[in-house]
Amino acid sequence: MAHVKRPLSPHLGVYRWTVTMATSILHRASGVALGAGALWLAWWLFAAASGYEAFECVQGFSTSPVGMVLLFGVTLALMFHLLNGIRHLAWDMGHGFEVKTATVSGWTVIVLALVLAIVAWGIGLSMMGAFQ
Amino acid sequence: MVEFFLPKNSKVGKGKTYKAPAGATRVRKFEVYRWNPDDGQNPRTDIYEVDLDKCGPMVLDALIKIKNEVDSTLTFRRSCREGICGSCAMNINGKNGLACTTGMDEVKGDVKITPLPHMEVVKDLVPDLTNFYAQYASIEPWLKTESPAPDRERLQTEDDRRKMDGLYECILCACCSASCPSYWWNQDRYLGPAILLQAYRWIADSRDEHTGERLDNLEDPFRLYRCHTIMNCAHACPKGLNPAKAIAEIKKLMVERRA
Repeated sequence: MAHVKRPLSPHLGVYRWTVTMATSILHRASGVALGAGALWLAWWLFAAASGYEAFECVQGFSTSPVGMVLLFGVTLALMFHLLNGIRHLAWDMGHGFEVKTATVSGWTVIVLALVLAIVAWGIGLSMMGAFQ
Repeated sequence: MVEFFLPKNSKVGKGKTYKAPAGATRVRKFEVYRWNPDDGQNPRTDIYEVDLDKCGPMVLDALIKIKNEVDSTLTFRRSCREGICGSCAMNINGKNGLACTTGMDEVKGDVKITPLPHMEVVKDLVPDLTNFYAQYASIEPWLKTESPAPDRERLQTEDDRRKMDGLYECILCACCSASCPSYWWNQDRYLGPAILLQAYRWIADSRDEHTGERLDNLEDPFRLYRCHTIMNCAHACPKGLNPAKAIAEIKKLMVERRA
C-alpha cells in the first residue's frame, strides 16, 4: 500500500467545553495578565520615584477609560487567579475531584471573582469620592 | 506542541447525504466523519438519515444499521456492544464516550460523530492507538515482586483490595486520554490520564513490590506533571472512573516520599 499521510482527527474545534476546562485555561490566561499587571505597577512606582511629569503620564493613562477597563481586567485576573489557586491547593491535597464538586467549585470561583473585583472597585471608587 | 487548527490535510469537507427511506416518520440525522486512505481526498462529513423506528436505541446501533443497510464502507471498531471491550470509543456530540453505552436519547439534536480527538486516523472512525499502547507497556502493567512466590495466591486484606476500586475497572478505551488538552499537545511525552490511572493501579496494589521504581519512572516534568487538573478525563470516562484523582494520588506519593 502506498504510504499516505494520515489526517489528525478534530480536537478543540469539536470538543464541548466544560467549566473545568474553561477555568484551567483562564488560570493560565489570568497568570499572564497578572504578569502584565505587575509590570504596570512597576511602571507606576518608577514614575512616582522619578518625578511629577512621569507620574502624571502614567496616572493619565491609568485613569483614562481604556486604562480603567484594563485595570479592572487586572483586578479580575487577580481575584480569579487567587481563588482558583485555592482550588488547586485543595486538589493538591487530594480533595474535590468528583466531577460534580469540580464543576460547582469552578462556577463558584468564576462568580466570586467577578463579585470580589466589583466590590474592590466599588470600595476604591467610593474612597476616591466617585459616588458623591 | 499546541496547535489550535487542524493541518491542511486534516480539514474536514462536506460529504454526501443519504436520505431516509420514504415513509420513515422518526428520522434522526447522523453526521459522521469519513476519511478514506485510498482516494487521496481530505476527510469529509457524510450525513445519514436513520429511521429510528427500525433501529436500536444506542448510537452504536445506528452505526451498525448504517453499515449494514446504507453504506458498507463506513469503518469503525466495535465488539462487545456492552461497554466492556472499549472498542467503540469515539467523540459523540463533542464528548468522548462509547457508542454502545451512549443512548441516542442522551444526545441532543443531530448526532455528530468524529474519531477520538487529536489522533492520527487510520480510516473513518478508527484512530491509530499505537502510541497509547506503547505508553501502556512503558508502565509495566503487571505484578512485580522480589519476595519468593508463595505456594498459593499472594493474599491481600479487604482494605488493601478496596484501594484498587475505581482503578481496576479501566478498560483502556482511551476516551479520557483523547479528551485531555494536555495529552493533545504533548502526547509524545505526557502519558495521559488512562495510562497514569493504570500506573496508579499497580502503585496502589499492596502485593506489588516495585512501588519506588514505578514512582521513579514517573518523576518527570512531562510523563506525570503535564496534568493540570483540567478534569475532561473524569467527565469523559464511560466507566465513571476518575483519572484526575488517581494522578493526584501519584503526585501526593511523590511529595510524601521526599519528606
